[in-house]
Amino acid sequence: MSSPVVEAIDLSKRFALPDAWWRRALGRPPRRALQAVADVSFSIERGKTFGLVGESGSGKTTVGRLMVGLHAPSGGAVRIGGQPFGPALRRQVQMVFQDPYASLNPRWTVREIVGEPLREQQHGMGRAERHVRVGELLAAVGLSADDGARFPHQFSGGQRQRISIARALATDPSFLVCDEPTSALDVSVQAQVLNLMKDLQRERGVAYLFISHNLAVVRHVSDEVGVMYAGRLVERSPAAALFARPRHPYTRLLLDAVPGQRRDGAVPPQGEMPDPFDPPAGCAFHPRCPLANERCRAERPRLLPADGGVQVACHAVAEGRD
Amino acid sequence: MTAPLLSVRGLRVVFPTRRGDLVALDDVSFEMAPGEILGMVGESGAGKSVTGAAIAGLLDPPGHVAGGEIRFDGQRIDQLTQRAWQPLRGRHIATIFQDPLTALNPLYTVGRQLTETLRTHFPMSAAAARRRAAELLSETGIPGAASRLDDHPHQFSGGMRQRVVIALALAGEPRLIVADEPTTALDVSVQAQITALLRRLSRERGLAVMLITHDMGVVADTCDRVAVMYAGRIAEIGPVDAIVGRPGHPYTAGLMGAIPGLASPRERLVQIDGAMPRLTAIPSGCAFHPRCPRVFEPCASRRPDLMPAGATRAACWLHEGGLA
Amino acid sequence: MIAARWRAAWDGDVAWALRRSPGFLLSLALLVLLVAAALLADVIAPHRPFDLATLDLLDARLPPAWTAEGSAKYLLGTDGQGRDVLSALMFGLRISLAVGLVATAISLVIGVTLGLVAGYAGGWVDALLMRVCDVMLSFPPILVALLIDGVGRALLPQAHDSLALAVLIAAIALTGWVPYARTVRGSTMVERHKDYVSAARLIGVPGGRIMRRHVLPNVMGPVLVLATLQVGTAILIEATLSYLGVGVPATSPSLGTLIRIGNELLLSGDWWISVFPGLVLVLATLSINGMGDALRDALNPRLR
Repeated sequence: MSSPVVEAIDLSKRFALPDAWWRRALGRPPRRALQAVADVSFSIERGKTFGLVGESGSGKTTVGRLMVGLHAPSGGAVRIGGQPFGPALRRQVQMVFQDPYASLNPRWTVREIVGEPLREQQHGMGRAERHVRVGELLAAVGLSADDGARFPHQFSGGQRQRISIARALATDPSFLVCDEPTSALDVSVQAQVLNLMKDLQRERGVAYLFISHNLAVVRHVSDEVGVMYAGRLVERSPAAALFARPRHPYTRLLLDAVPGQRRDGAVPPQGEMPDPFDPPAGCAFHPRCPLANERCRAERPRLLPADGGVQVACHAVAEGRD
Repeated sequence: MTAPLLSVRGLRVVFPTRRGDLVALDDVSFEMAPGEILGMVGESGAGKSVTGAAIAGLLDPPGHVAGGEIRFDGQRIDQLTQRAWQPLRGRHIATIFQDPLTALNPLYTVGRQLTETLRTHFPMSAAAARRRAAELLSETGIPGAASRLDDHPHQFSGGMRQRVVIALALAGEPRLIVADEPTTALDVSVQAQITALLRRLSRERGLAVMLITHDMGVVADTCDRVAVMYAGRIAEIGPVDAIVGRPGHPYTAGLMGAIPGLASPRERLVQIDGAMPRLTAIPSGCAFHPRCPRVFEPCASRRPDLMPAGATRAACWLHEGGLA
Repeated sequence: MIAARWRAAWDGDVAWALRRSPGFLLSLALLVLLVAAALLADVIAPHRPFDLATLDLLDARLPPAWTAEGSAKYLLGTDGQGRDVLSALMFGLRISLAVGLVATAISLVIGVTLGLVAGYAGGWVDALLMRVCDVMLSFPPILVALLIDGVGRALLPQAHDSLALAVLIAAIALTGWVPYARTVRGSTMVERHKDYVSAARLIGVPGGRIMRRHVLPNVMGPVLVLATLQVGTAILIEATLSYLGVGVPATSPSLGTLIRIGNELLLSGDWWISVFPGLVLVLATLSINGMGDALRDALNPRLR
């Protein structure tokens, strides 16, 4: 069992909302704060994919940004290859973003875009050498080296995501965070990009954190899955086990809600994700949970192991009521 | 056999641009029965939104209907002026769009927007309109409807907002709702609630719904029949079970194969190489032929019409004369 | 790389729209004519109006050539000291255009830089810069220019003419930077949250370089429109100051100076000395504004 390439340890992120200037000037603590992420831990091994699932407001995007250093954690730590994440490790970590239109600078050529990480982080590389390397990267994602001279608007959404992937792989990272990389793409293009990502992972042994709200896609790519609700992990499990036998009531709700299963008579889920500024006491899911009891309303459940390598944060599961 | 509520024949929609005319829809024909939920599926650029816009009279000029006809309840509606649309739009044909945030006016209360719509189409007093508005809100599943009439759109959550939009659409007692990606901007669990709502409303009121979406899963859950669009044409049309389970057109089959399913994980997703052709460069013959795994002799030269293919109708030469 | 960008721009929608806009083409033609006249003044001007040796007081106050008392030697007439109005116009135009262009260029640099910093940094930096903008905007530009110019002259009373010119240009530049800052700040705040900026931050690109290389190219569009319109304003401010006597030094008169010179003789009936410089001033400003308008319409995605 190799040691994990990526570790998230009790990650938390709290966003303080700006107050009136006189409150800040007087040094008072901020009145409103948003706990976007709390106590999230997981690890990923070389060549494996951890799928992070959740709806909007669950905190999954914030976790992704914490893992690449775009936000500084309010608590906890990120470790890459056993080392705490810092500027020296930047070239090990990269990200592919959701929006193929906003993630590439419209005024730069593809060659400049894909070559930027090399320019920033590999100072020894000369211009000609960079040119060659960019050509190799473009070929690896199914584009041609000549595409380097073109501008992003001349490419389709799927091709732009390929360019993003090429940029992400430029410095040969060991860890790639993919934030909804195929959500904005058509189904047939999504298939191409997902297949490409799997191939690249096999060839290069990159660890992926795959963030998505689409459970079917997550099922297709992940080895292990974490389900997030209101900023916390409510279930963490090997992929096959999660989909075969979901333990947490929210996971079940999500799986039931996936369209296309034609389960007539299934009760559609009620309610929506809680207001992040004013989360319910106790377990954040209790207002929507069929199994909620007094303890659920008062005490927040911790992630505890259940059978089969699965970890669940639910009193009902821990008490055997599910 | 009841007369179709909506009949589209040979519809051709063109957008003139500085580079020449862009044919967004090319000879599209289909019908909708009263109370039926028809899914229009396709990838970006296939023409499904344009079809919806043409039917609702909302084509962005200079786009226009350049050929064919659209009949609603027997009456031609494709060449109506905006003025002639007034008694029809919002009343008999209503629309729902993707983003509830932009569909609702943020400055007015929900109650005001509802009563305004009601009183535009029906003679009623302000008090009666308010009562009816509350009824509509509660019918779309908003709890405490009467008290929520005085709330503004931003005070509702995403799913609730979309329900308000649906209530607005229902206000005119329409016979047909054109819904363009109504659930795409919503979370998965909320999506399921909205699709269930649409289905219920359709059953209860005999309301026909044209559900435009790129999500086959939503279609499978909600629709009675499905039309699959490709490059401005209908590739296949038929009952939903047949389209999903036994598709006749290679493109439909490719689409189904490309969707990752919860049921059986595959190592590799079926990949349709290439991409949908740009509308300025549609291939000759069958538009799909350059990407088709089953392409053969007639495909590149002759454009196929919709022909019977088992339980569906597919525009594919493979089904000519009943071969398959 | 640069060639690719220029080619892309030429083929692009903006250039296409401009090529088809009669307003733009007309304004461009007029401007080219005026600029050519100004640049080639040394070569094509029939006289040397500011070379005292060539002046002949006997030729003073001659009306334009097409009138009864006029002479073909002085097409647009002469002023009170025998200077040829047409030649003076050409040299004056040169000064006016030069001051307008340089002042606008300086305001652009100041405004864009401050706008980028305010939009990117946010927080108290942004708040501070925006308050400075508010203060600057509450003063009429002429007054600000007068103030700076006056202070400059007071501090350097025996300054050379070139220094006085520099002070004038600085004064005009300092009145005009706020619109750039505001526009760029707004666009920067939008671009800042886009993923391509996050991607650059992720790689470790420092903030200054992100502003310069990533954000700046994407916010320049509206700036160009603003700049063309501001050149017109700068020329007018300079003309006003020169008319008031506190603009360019007397040895290099601009159009405004010429208007002032002619103003004294206006009531005597010698209209041509003021009117022609005024007309040229109006044409120059109109053509520049016309180009700016056409550019703004061409850049507006909804009108395309």
